[in-house]
Amino acid sequence: MPKPKIALYWCASCGGCEEAVVDLAEGILGVVEAVDIVLWPVAMDFKKKDIEAMADQSIVATLLNGAIRTSEQEAMAHLLRRKSQFLIAYGACAHLGGIPSLANQFSREQMLKYVYEDAPTMVNEAKTRPQVSCQNNGHAMTLPQLRQVVRSLDQVVEVDYYIPGCPPTSKLTQAAISALLAGKLPPKGSVLAPDIALCDQCSRKGSKPANLSFSQFKRPHQTLLDPELCFLAQGVVCMGPATRGGCEALCTGGNMPCTGCFGPTSRVRDQGAKMLSSLCANVASKDEKEASAILSGIPDPVGTFYRYGLAKSLLRRKVDLPVETPETP
Amino acid sequence: MPDPNWQPRIVAFFCNWCTYTAADLAGVSRLKYAPNVRVIRLMCSGRVDPQFVLEALARGADGVLIGGCHIGDCHYVEGNYKTVRRFEMLKRLLADLGIEEQRVRLEWISASEGDRVKTVINEMVEQVRALGPLNLPNRFADWDREVSEWEAHLQTEEPSARPEPEVTHA
Amino acid sequence: MNPATQQTWNQANLKANATYQAERRRVTVEPITRLEGHGKIDIFLDDAGDVERAYLQIPELRGFEVFSLGRPAEEMPQITSRICGVCPTAHHMAATKALDDLYQVEPPPAARKIRELVYNTFVLEDHALHVYILGGPDFIVGPQAPPEKRNILGVIEKVGVEVGKRVISMRRRLRELIAYFGGKVIHPVLGLPGGVSKGLKPEDLPQFKELAKDGLDFALFTLQVFEDLVLKNPDYVKLITGDTYTHRTYYMGLVDAQNKVNFYDGLIRVVDATGKEYAKFPARRYRDFIAEHVEPWSYVKFCFLKPIGWHGFEEGPQSSVYAVAPLARLNVAEGMATPQAQKAYEEFFNTLGGKPVHHTLANHWARVVEMIYAAERMVELVNDPEITNTNLRVIPSAKPSVGVGVVEAPRGTLYHHFETDDRGLITKANLIVATQNNAARIAMSVDKAARGLIKKGQVSEGLLNMVEMAFRAYDPCFGCATHSLPGHLPLSVSIYNRERHLLRQLVQS
Repeated sequence: MPKPKIALYWCASCGGCEEAVVDLAEGILGVVEAVDIVLWPVAMDFKKKDIEAMADQSIVATLLNGAIRTSEQEAMAHLLRRKSQFLIAYGACAHLGGIPSLANQFSREQMLKYVYEDAPTMVNEAKTRPQVSCQNNGHAMTLPQLRQVVRSLDQVVEVDYYIPGCPPTSKLTQAAISALLAGKLPPKGSVLAPDIALCDQCSRKGSKPANLSFSQFKRPHQTLLDPELCFLAQGVVCMGPATRGGCEALCTGGNMPCTGCFGPTSRVRDQGAKMLSSLCANVASKDEKEASAILSGIPDPVGTFYRYGLAKSLLRRKVDLPVETPETP
Repeated sequence: MPDPNWQPRIVAFFCNWCTYTAADLAGVSRLKYAPNVRVIRLMCSGRVDPQFVLEALARGADGVLIGGCHIGDCHYVEGNYKTVRRFEMLKRLLADLGIEEQRVRLEWISASEGDRVKTVINEMVEQVRALGPLNLPNRFADWDREVSEWEAHLQTEEPSARPEPEVTHA
Repeated sequence: MNPATQQTWNQANLKANATYQAERRRVTVEPITRLEGHGKIDIFLDDAGDVERAYLQIPELRGFEVFSLGRPAEEMPQITSRICGVCPTAHHMAATKALDDLYQVEPPPAARKIRELVYNTFVLEDHALHVYILGGPDFIVGPQAPPEKRNILGVIEKVGVEVGKRVISMRRRLRELIAYFGGKVIHPVLGLPGGVSKGLKPEDLPQFKELAKDGLDFALFTLQVFEDLVLKNPDYVKLITGDTYTHRTYYMGLVDAQNKVNFYDGLIRVVDATGKEYAKFPARRYRDFIAEHVEPWSYVKFCFLKPIGWHGFEEGPQSSVYAVAPLARLNVAEGMATPQAQKAYEEFFNTLGGKPVHHTLANHWARVVEMIYAAERMVELVNDPEITNTNLRVIPSAKPSVGVGVVEAPRGTLYHHFETDDRGLITKANLIVATQNNAARIAMSVDKAARGLIKKGQVSEGLLNMVEMAFRAYDPCFGCATHSLPGHLPLSVSIYNRERHLLRQLVQS
């Protein structure tokens, strides 16, 4: 009986998810024995033609990490979708858009102009920009098209499961792969992590106040951080209440608040809006002006509430950004 | 191309005890006001989850109106305090995401202020009319054309569709 | 056919032929592998089948500098670490130091030592990753070895299972230290302006002392492996010192007050191709010396020395190209700050004929020398009684406006420059990322290697790997270089002659 085929692939990713798989360390040996890894760019070689030549659905599962930002990444997402029975969005970028999707607050043009013209170290009088296709001394070359909008994987192809986290923990990855191989998967579309808020797993749970009341918000660098007290009780914003658990509260273990990388639980549609709702409802003032002054302690709502999930939020992007005339793919 | 027949569509979340009752009063008093508002009754303005506001906009509303009891008069004592606090942050979030300030509005309207319902709605409808349609579903479709066009292009480019180039070995 | 139609036909024919001619003289290598990041190499042949030009193209951009606008500066260590999941600690630390500068605060001694401990631990494990898993296999297994062997499994076959296990377990333990202080090892959280978030409990110190000792043993062991498998092999030595992989450029690196290599802090020193000091400056003045150049065929920007100006992908007296990373750091410094590393440093230069060394492949050896320094520094720090002190934070009070932080990432000098408003929200960000400093020289290395290896349209089996060895020695991180991570396409090289006959088809290995 041939071993089931597994593939790992990356799009607009930082490589942290690849490292997370490597960090299975000794744990990976059990996995490697049980499966046939047909694709893993960071560690192995392959040809696109080989993947194309495979029968559709002959890969049992593809773990794809990274957000979708270019035409080339979309093409690979479609290809791997066809060839896989299960396409699993691995990591916060594939799941929700991730930190790269903060770029949805800005236009592509603004990004290109700054990077290639206005950056303080840039020397570019001719205002040269990288081109999708160009000629240099008679040599014709191409680059993939950057999209105007950053997307999560499921905004491009159908996704079967999600493994959340930035990056996902080894434990979660191991558990997901084992479940896959044993055929014991939850309903399609599930996130393969506990469906409860992070607070439940955090060692500071005992000191989380039953009645929160913020007279002030302190940014982490403005105050000494008590390593045992709930951050919310210290007046420091922590995304724990609106974030799915499963990471074993590593960041709070490092004495810094949670920033929300696991995304919401299944009962919440828009993680940022929900956190805004619960946090702000507990501000200690009954007066608009005062409330507003207290809330100025959270100076960047988008970056705080949608750090990892802007692409999958209800609004997805700053809505008044231009849409440039679609170019030919 | 703006649609000449476009009318602003505003979703309103009114609290049962004050604003909804005021809207009833406006109706019973035969007050005429713009028909562009779709009212949803909740027990308290504090029940308005910011997700409702965002979802209404995402689904095509051009504006959202939240109506509740005056501060200090909430039927559940604390509810509208929460509304105020959330709204202060929601305003900033919406601004950062490109939604004009006049599209999402919070008003305190007590049960006896039927005429205030009329005034507020008329005013808001005109402000939103001046801003034009938000039409997020259309915008999402616009944004996603870059992906759907590429998808179509890929389908014609599939290897099976393309004949293998002629090669011979030297 | 009427004349007008004839003319249209002829024009179309000419255009089609020209396109065909151009296509069949091109060789595309994509993707490149065993590195962090993505890229493709385009090689153009002339009529004789020799290489006209080879280009290394990096295909993507994420735009960290732009989407950082409006963010609270204290979030930048965690935001910028997402530039790269292999070296997140480098970005985290550079950003944290930029915050120190922004708020004009110095961390208390214990906090500084913890930062240095975490940082040197990171350099040690990241260098080990490259030596054993990424670039090293080219040497440990050999450039002529079959593709299936040129990876960690081949390394384990060569050095034995016990050694293989030792490498994996060593890396795991080192990464656990980083996770102890940073919460997570991939995207740690410890950095704050004026301090760190978490301290070292005295009862946890013994295990780290043990780790540091084992780390030093491991680094010295790695040097031995390198000596046995590489330096004692005359073919490899010839490869390393050969002209194909040699460039005479400037070099840049961080040095301490005694001009010794330091990964965490110091002044930036630049030497010219003869080894003479060209410049020495603090982080804040980086813009006086570094500028970026753009080409239409790649998303990565190419750094060059600003006072000299951009003169192309050239060596020579006019050239403003410079290199960073292990070889550059050793060239730039006057020694190593710790004894065993110093010994290895001296042997390095004695063997290779004095300073500076211009052989790109010597980066692999320099990397091992640096592993020894990182480990010795770890030993110093864990044995420093101040490391368990509980005073870890200075709360900033100054009004923020500009901050620049610099560290030596394993892959080279890394600059983070932030400007903020009164509230400490980012109004401008500029990141010069390690591999960007090397981008021009890497492009030159790929071009030179391709020219040296492809003649008359004949491609040897070793081509792909030999061309790739040219960039792999730099341990490039193209994710970092474009502050993005490109997409991936599979690699194949097809060489056709003018009759469209397939001469050779090679796959990336």
